[in-house]
Amino acid sequence: MTLEILSAGPVLTVQDHGRRGLKHLGVPAAGAMDRPSMDLANALCSNPPTAAALEFAAVGGQFRAGRDLCFAVTGGDCEIRIDDRVVPVGQSHKVEAGEIIKIGALGNAIWGYIAISGGIEVPEVLGSRATHLRFGLGGLEGRALRAGDVLPLGAEKEKPICLRPRTPATRLTPIAADRPIRLVLGPQDDYFAPDVIALLENAPFRVTSQRDRMGTVLDGPALAAVRGHDIVSDGIVPGAIQVAASGQPMILMADAQTTGGYPKIATVITADLPRLAQFPTGSEVHFEIISRDDAENIQIKDKERQEEILNALVPATGALLTSEFLLSCNLVGDVAHPEAVMGRDHEAPSKSRK
Amino acid sequence: MNACEQPTVDGTASSPLFLTLGDSALCVQFGEMIDPVANRRVIALAQNLLDRPIDGVLETVPTYRSLLVTYDPTQVRGALLEGLLSERITTLGAQEDVSRHWRVPVVYGGKVGMDLEALAAEKEMTPDALVELHSSAEYRVYMIGFAPGFAYLGGLPEALHTPRLPKPRHLIPAGAVGIGGQQGSINSVAGPSGWRYVGWTPWRTFDPASANPVLFAAGDRLRFVPVSAERGNEIAAAIGAGELSPQPEGAQ
Repeated sequence: MTLEILSAGPVLTVQDHGRRGLKHLGVPAAGAMDRPSMDLANALCSNPPTAAALEFAAVGGQFRAGRDLCFAVTGGDCEIRIDDRVVPVGQSHKVEAGEIIKIGALGNAIWGYIAISGGIEVPEVLGSRATHLRFGLGGLEGRALRAGDVLPLGAEKEKPICLRPRTPATRLTPIAADRPIRLVLGPQDDYFAPDVIALLENAPFRVTSQRDRMGTVLDGPALAAVRGHDIVSDGIVPGAIQVAASGQPMILMADAQTTGGYPKIATVITADLPRLAQFPTGSEVHFEIISRDDAENIQIKDKERQEEILNALVPATGALLTSEFLLSCNLVGDVAHPEAVMGRDHEAPSKSRK
Repeated sequence: MNACEQPTVDGTASSPLFLTLGDSALCVQFGEMIDPVANRRVIALAQNLLDRPIDGVLETVPTYRSLLVTYDPTQVRGALLEGLLSERITTLGAQEDVSRHWRVPVVYGGKVGMDLEALAAEKEMTPDALVELHSSAEYRVYMIGFAPGFAYLGGLPEALHTPRLPKPRHLIPAGAVGIGGQQGSINSVAGPSGWRYVGWTPWRTFDPASANPVLFAAGDRLRFVPVSAERGNEIAAAIGAGELSPQPEGAQ
């Protein structure tokens, strides 16, 4: 009942929805950088949304299934193989015990998600399995995963069938790096003069390589605070844009600390933070300032829209045509083994050799 | 409790400010400065929300002078929540002060207290005088934040107030005792920080495996007691071996 890691990309971690209720003790939430994509991966594997999955930056890794299982990869385009067969991203696939899953590089995103039926069942730490790398919490020993690690898997709640979204997709929301990132001003926008607020809204910024699960530093015009860059520390949330004395804005991400002492000019709306997390390094970022009311309306609608997609998954026709799968879809009786017709793999080896 | 820290007549002086943090959080700000009266109101509101929860409120984070409130906008809208919180605030009593007192051993200077000499020079005093000043004050734990178990300390003598570095350093070890602006701190975990550091304590203030993972709580009082590096190492070894666990002074 395990998943063995044969090789791992640079930042492969166990994540879930993160820790809740401990912020007053300084314990940050952690959890997926792109939660909607992780939710999609879990739903494709018939997991509850609270299940823990794997998050990877740029490159996945190779994994050996310790039991029959179902997995799905989401977040962006990515080459996936089961042994030597190429299978598509954005839908779930069955794997037999002993088979090897190979997950390559993301083509158009930074963070990818791998859900496994039954979920990753490392022990909970302070109420969550999410890995917080800086504080060494959760996951496996609070660290990124590496070759040789063996992850315990939970029991499958039901026999999963292979699924995909009704409209095929690798994620619930397009990254759309050309569209603006929407912000609500505050909590310390009054530390900045109107011309600096205008810069924030009108000037292009750029995603620098100084980025991790804790924060993303942007390049652009310096945002000088007329009232100074030290505040009496107060509470912060992921999405907050803090500006230290360098004038460079840093957007706090999933692993963000709970409080901080720099003024925060604005907050990225919940719906746009996963998009921003996925912007390639070097991307130009434009901000659009909206009201809190509008931001809340967007969040309410976005949540509904995501739930609609997750509740309308359909059987994935491109999946392995095993008799078990076809039986689970009520497509055939026990007349013939489909392997006898199709071979075990309908994606012919000649295709995967390209 | 000092008489001068008794809250004055509530309600007239200042109604709190509501600050916006996007679509799922807001901040109730009771003052601009580090102030025990504002801090008590913060803790009182947090307690009030624990005792009588508001639907849609997810979490609160008490800080020096404001309370962060996270909420689910599908259950309660920010504008409505501000109204509900305003009503609560008008009926708030001052939080009862059930503080614990701690005497925290500190090894001043050395590798971890890397800023001691430069800071003393900046303040035109000797390192010994800085240590004397730093360890003579009584500090109040105003809040736990930034990192698990990280205690923010009010009561730093004004002569030691020092701005943070413009760019944070990448790795400061757990136990480091620092100064940031008008605040004192004890690092609970290793991590990046823009604060200036004068020493380290062998105490562990955060241990996720413990039933009580965080040592200090908002409202606690503490003093720093200078110890030699040798003594510091002995205390650290005893704690590591499970022979010693830090305790507050006799119940107040």
